[in-house]
Amino acid sequence: MTAAEQRHEVRLTVNGVPRRAVVPARRLLSDFLRHDLRLTGTHVGCEHGVCGACTVLVDGRAMRSCLQFAVSVDGAEVTTVEGCLRPDGSLGPVQQAFQDCHGLQCGFCTPGFVTTITAYLDDRPDDHPDPNAEEAREAIAGNLCRCTGYQNIVAAVQRAAEIRRADRAEASQ
Amino acid sequence: MKPAPFAYHRPDSVDEALQVLAELGADGKVLAGGQSLVPLLNMRLAAPTALVDINRLDQLAYVRIEESGVRVGATARHADVERDEATYDALPLLRQALTHVAHPTIRNRGTTVGSLVHADPSGEMTAVLALLGGSVEIRTAAATRTVAAADFFLGPLESAVGAGELAASAHFPLPEGNAGTAWVEVARRHGDYAICGVGALVTLDDDLRVAAARAAYISVDATPVVRDLTDAVAGQPHDAADWAAAGALAAGELDPEADIHATAAYRRHLAAVLTARAQRAAATHAEQR
Amino acid sequence: MSTRIFGEPIPRREDPRLLSGQGRYLDDLGHGALAAAFVRSPHAHARIVDIDVSDALEVEGLVAIYTHEDLPGQVGHPLPLLIPHPTLTQARTPYPLAKDEVNHVGEAIVMVVATDRYLAEDACQRIRVDYDFLPPVVGIEQSRAADLLVHDDVPDNVSAHMLQEVGDAPAAIDAAPHRLHLDLDIERSASMPMEGKGVYARWDADDRSLRVYTSTQASTSVRAAIAARLGLPLDRVEVVAPDVGGGFGVKIMHPWPEEVLVPWASITLGREVTWAEDRREHFVSSAHERAQQHQVDVGFDDDGRLLGLDVTFWHDNGAYTPYGIIVPIVTSTQLLGPYKPGAYRVEFFSLYTNTVLVTPYRGAGRPQGCFVMERTMDAIAAYLGLDRTTVRERNFIQPEEMPYDHGLVFQDGRPLVYDSGDYPATLEKLKKLVGWDEFEVFREQARADGRRVGIGIGCYVEGTGPGPYEGGFVKVETDGTVIVATGLTSQGQGHQTAFAQVVAEELGVPVDKVVVTTGDTRRFKYAVGTFASRAAVMSGNAVALATRKVREKALRIAGDALEADPADLEIVDGVVQVKGTPGATIPLSTVAVLSNPLRYAFDEETKRATQFAAPADVDKPPIEEGGEPGLEATAYYSPPRSTFANGMHAAIVETDPETAEIKILRYCVVHDCGTLINPRIVEGQIHGGVAQGVGGALYERMVYDESGQLLNASYMDFLMPYATEVPNIEIDHLETPSPLNPLGLKGAGEAGVIPGSAVLSSAIEDAEGIRITRMPISPSELYHLRQKESTTR
Repeated sequence: MTAAEQRHEVRLTVNGVPRRAVVPARRLLSDFLRHDLRLTGTHVGCEHGVCGACTVLVDGRAMRSCLQFAVSVDGAEVTTVEGCLRPDGSLGPVQQAFQDCHGLQCGFCTPGFVTTITAYLDDRPDDHPDPNAEEAREAIAGNLCRCTGYQNIVAAVQRAAEIRRADRAEASQ
Repeated sequence: MKPAPFAYHRPDSVDEALQVLAELGADGKVLAGGQSLVPLLNMRLAAPTALVDINRLDQLAYVRIEESGVRVGATARHADVERDEATYDALPLLRQALTHVAHPTIRNRGTTVGSLVHADPSGEMTAVLALLGGSVEIRTAAATRTVAAADFFLGPLESAVGAGELAASAHFPLPEGNAGTAWVEVARRHGDYAICGVGALVTLDDDLRVAAARAAYISVDATPVVRDLTDAVAGQPHDAADWAAAGALAAGELDPEADIHATAAYRRHLAAVLTARAQRAAATHAEQR
Repeated sequence: MSTRIFGEPIPRREDPRLLSGQGRYLDDLGHGALAAAFVRSPHAHARIVDIDVSDALEVEGLVAIYTHEDLPGQVGHPLPLLIPHPTLTQARTPYPLAKDEVNHVGEAIVMVVATDRYLAEDACQRIRVDYDFLPPVVGIEQSRAADLLVHDDVPDNVSAHMLQEVGDAPAAIDAAPHRLHLDLDIERSASMPMEGKGVYARWDADDRSLRVYTSTQASTSVRAAIAARLGLPLDRVEVVAPDVGGGFGVKIMHPWPEEVLVPWASITLGREVTWAEDRREHFVSSAHERAQQHQVDVGFDDDGRLLGLDVTFWHDNGAYTPYGIIVPIVTSTQLLGPYKPGAYRVEFFSLYTNTVLVTPYRGAGRPQGCFVMERTMDAIAAYLGLDRTTVRERNFIQPEEMPYDHGLVFQDGRPLVYDSGDYPATLEKLKKLVGWDEFEVFREQARADGRRVGIGIGCYVEGTGPGPYEGGFVKVETDGTVIVATGLTSQGQGHQTAFAQVVAEELGVPVDKVVVTTGDTRRFKYAVGTFASRAAVMSGNAVALATRKVREKALRIAGDALEADPADLEIVDGVVQVKGTPGATIPLSTVAVLSNPLRYAFDEETKRATQFAAPADVDKPPIEEGGEPGLEATAYYSPPRSTFANGMHAAIVETDPETAEIKILRYCVVHDCGTLINPRIVEGQIHGGVAQGVGGALYERMVYDESGQLLNASYMDFLMPYATEVPNIEIDHLETPSPLNPLGLKGAGEAGVIPGSAVLSSAIEDAEGIRITRMPISPSELYHLRQKESTTR
């Protein structure tokens, strides 16, 4: 028998909730989220970092969860598509925008787009409050979708920004 | 596509990292951002015995302006370098090139020093380091050495960083004089590795005539290639220089290979075209700075 | 009267679930299941000499290793030939695990089951297979040459040879005032859904029943295949297509080896077993499509009218032919597009190669056919110096000629008869949309700026909605919810929304009361599958017919309750009412209660259906003769033949005079798929299709080397377009209802992809003045075409 693999305790704050599991060092963050934490909203499309379906926010930045080991981000704050909902459980701005604009078909790549766009809009708020179509297209240029032809996703980026502006206006009143 | 098992080390300090690397010797492989390494592990094209994860070495997560240039620590992400405004003011070429490195999501995790050590001849930052005549600081538990770009890239996916060593930082010198830079490339898709990419550095004299012109290339050879093109354009006005001649000069000296995306002849043709475009843009940049 | 819901671009019902991470795709199921992985051939053509698993036995967590020898009886036999055809005389299908010989890189040889996928892959890596190498046959030219054979017993590598003729084309061409010959090639691509295949099986030993989840486009047919292979009674097998992350054709092929092996392992081990295909596996062990070489001879008159068309082509079917020869049959019939060809002769050879097998990918032979026909139209226009749209117009079938019988047999075995369509109107709309007649002004402006631009066009007719049938089940629950089930599967087409719209409209209920299930054999057992742009046509009409039966029954029961003539009743917002008489109403939920006479109430509402609740006609049985309890019905729709959608695309491209990069400036679509259920969903289908068309024309190809290795088996090198490579798409619709079905529907799923290579080759040719005869085309290839052109001038 091969020796049992050494296992490591990994603690993450996922969508605001402290989570832990004990896993081998080689457990990819994508598998850790999906199978150890059973947050299956994060999808795996290529496992070589090209498709973007597995994108999550690690400490606020969009990253490929298939290209890092869970143990390597021990202690980090992670946001997945499940964490992009509003506090009351309704669709968050980006998710709502996708429904409004028919930005998804099979829905498999969608979580990676939702997280990527969330990061884009939140990242440098002063930079992206109102992206034009070209900027919106650029913002999603690292994610593959085989269903939509991207046109409605581009529209969803702009619609999401619009919802966020409305949210902020409401919040500041 | 799951990686093979490996022993995992996560040092909390540089000293500890160097110690672990020394102990592991050839069995140890440094894990920085992992954006090139982890795909290879997932496909089991690489299966190191042990990984030394340096992501906890916050003391190396710096982008620092020094008198002679910009120094980037081993755990600084591409995005950190790209977004740093002081760095952009001092050395615009870094951002000019970094925006062509894959996509933002990759740049958020991938490290600049890691991409140099990976030594992919299609990696933009290899040519940037080579064009600027930069260097990499390589450390062991016993010593520190500085290796110039010209000696750093040994072959495709092969750098001067040896077993037990850690590339601690990279130094990108500021060009002297009235210099401008540009990065131009053609890739099949936005964000893909370039079929041919050109970094240009043009220095103008006080009369805005070309004093020096250099270019560096990716995806045309086993390592980044630097060419001095001054002979083709020396003394010519910055806005009317014969950049096509510079392109022809460069392309004539290149011997690229074919792959599934482009023939060697097309690559050479692109090198000429993109050299002219990059040089022209760099000259304009110099004039405007 | 409630507002119409049929035809409205309402948001999709499935979205909130999918957007919040609550979708359930194959690998989201079975967390505790054992994981399977496969040792696959690294060689294109070899005999298996020995398999040594001893090293793998050391792996902790290993549960089982299976080779062909371990598979009992039917389980190990070659997989079925799904669609036999008289001309497919040399069909060959693969074994689930290779027996003695492998015929392409990626063919499964050993199945490993372990406690997780990581460990299963560890074991795979330790298994040694010894091979005797055989020379591989790679590519159409090598297969045609037939110096080497893929299968020893298949002469000339030809699996099928088929010929169809209408009139005497060679004679017509000989006699024609003008003749042209063209050689036209298309390379391999693939469906490449974002989710690969996957199978998860649960054997219940106590119940002797098997439930299989599989990422498929044909769950009922997978069920039948599993039951047959594993020797289980059909009613002990359930197959469920969970959320499916895209199909585009590759998942209509079935049963895949894993769809047999994973359930078999589950039964054998008495454990749950799952397998989720990874991306590299998908590249080398699923299916590809598109590669064909065509030779065209065409004769035409001074006006460009076709007099005779003679097409011979060679189709690369890969290593095996489990799906038959549907793809080349589709090419051979659909290349005619909206045109009258004069005399027509088409002949094809389907050829074996030592590469991944070929089954339909969205479009399924149509993109090749469209490319061939449209290149021919452009060639005629160039030869005669006519506008490209003029030549097309002159060859169109006219609206008054519908239905139009081509005199050929289509892929459904039925006559190729176009049911309806107005091609001149479609072209007129397209010319207006893209500004065809004003393009020369733009070209001149661009030229003045040193830019090079061109415009292209592509027209197609697509047979959609082939039979044999689909069914629908509709039931009104006692809480007013309307449960709908149909057997075909969904991979993102929005069926839960579109079919709900059909039912809501037909029944008169709010759409949010309608819940649709697809692809689950527990809910609906009879179905064919989702392919060939057929789901809306087939299941849309089936659920409409079922809903009409439910409505009729509801009105009858409500008529009794309201003491009104059912003919005077209507259903509005889920309430049955007497037309023009406010107050006389009964909710459908109550009608549902009354439809099921009860002895035992189970809640407040159902007390109304018990025997003492209301006076009844004691001479009549509680359920009328021939009736059934429940407000539900099942109906089937089975059309006589396919219905024919059509469309025309135009694109404006810019080519860089120096780098030969190709950029699409505009992409315009006019599309006619009959009546629209939900225009937003149809437009989404077109967008996605166009993106795949662009991919196929400019980016995607499967690159094999001479040893049969797939050189670009990753998303790094198989260049699926990102958002930055796909243009904004401008769409205009035309709605010519199909006379063949109650809702007037035609299919829309594949349309967008069909003319991609035709349109873009036309536009690039127009920009460059260089003949484009093979697609896809890369900047490197365009550069070399320019070099060749400049040296021959």
